[in-house]
Amino acid sequence: MKVKVKTFGISRDILGGREVTVMVEGSSVGDLRKTLSRLFPALNKLNSLFIAVNQNYAADEVTLSETDEIALIPPVSGG
Amino acid sequence: MIEITELPIDVLKVIKAASLHEAGAINTFIGTVRNQTSGKGVLRLEFEAYEPMAVSEIRKIADQANKTWNIVSYAVSHRIGALLPGDIAVVIAVATPHRKASFEACQFIIDSLKQTVPIWKREFFEDGDQWVSAHP
Repeated sequence: MKVKVKTFGISRDILGGREVTVMVEGSSVGDLRKTLSRLFPALNKLNSLFIAVNQNYAADEVTLSETDEIALIPPVSGG
Repeated sequence: MIEITELPIDVLKVIKAASLHEAGAINTFIGTVRNQTSGKGVLRLEFEAYEPMAVSEIRKIADQANKTWNIVSYAVSHRIGALLPGDIAVVIAVATPHRKASFEACQFIIDSLKQTVPIWKREFFEDGDQWVSAHP
């Protein structure tokens, strides 16, 4: 399936855009994670990488739909 | 009140937003930009946020805090954009009936904010820059 992924912080530098379209092999958050990890190996070097679906942290089991708002959440550093 | 703002934070406005007559204490945390990190001079910082999710995650933290402490009211303001050493990056004001809870709840909120709220900080040095906490 094809999804649009918003990027923030260092994940924007790695993916090279504010919103990147990704062809996922499968339909879960975990599948997206695997696809991203393969396409952008620099993501694997981060301390952590969470994926948010519709503005909530999502577990790997969550099923994606093409209309979901999906975002990459690299290690946060607010405050 | 929860806000993510590109404008300088008005500390009094944040405190007033948390002020209610039921409160006997308002504890206020002010996070500022330090001029060095691990001995290296910081020229400036840039913060960015995933704004709608940052607001909802801050609300979740406050709701969580309210299960432990009786929070009468609270306000959180986080700055984004370019900041210089000494600038205020975040202000948290927590109002409770008695002072002990206001200290504890305020600490819980800032500690949790640093762990889960989608806001990112990029430090700029004389010889480069880095996204804070990104790599081991």
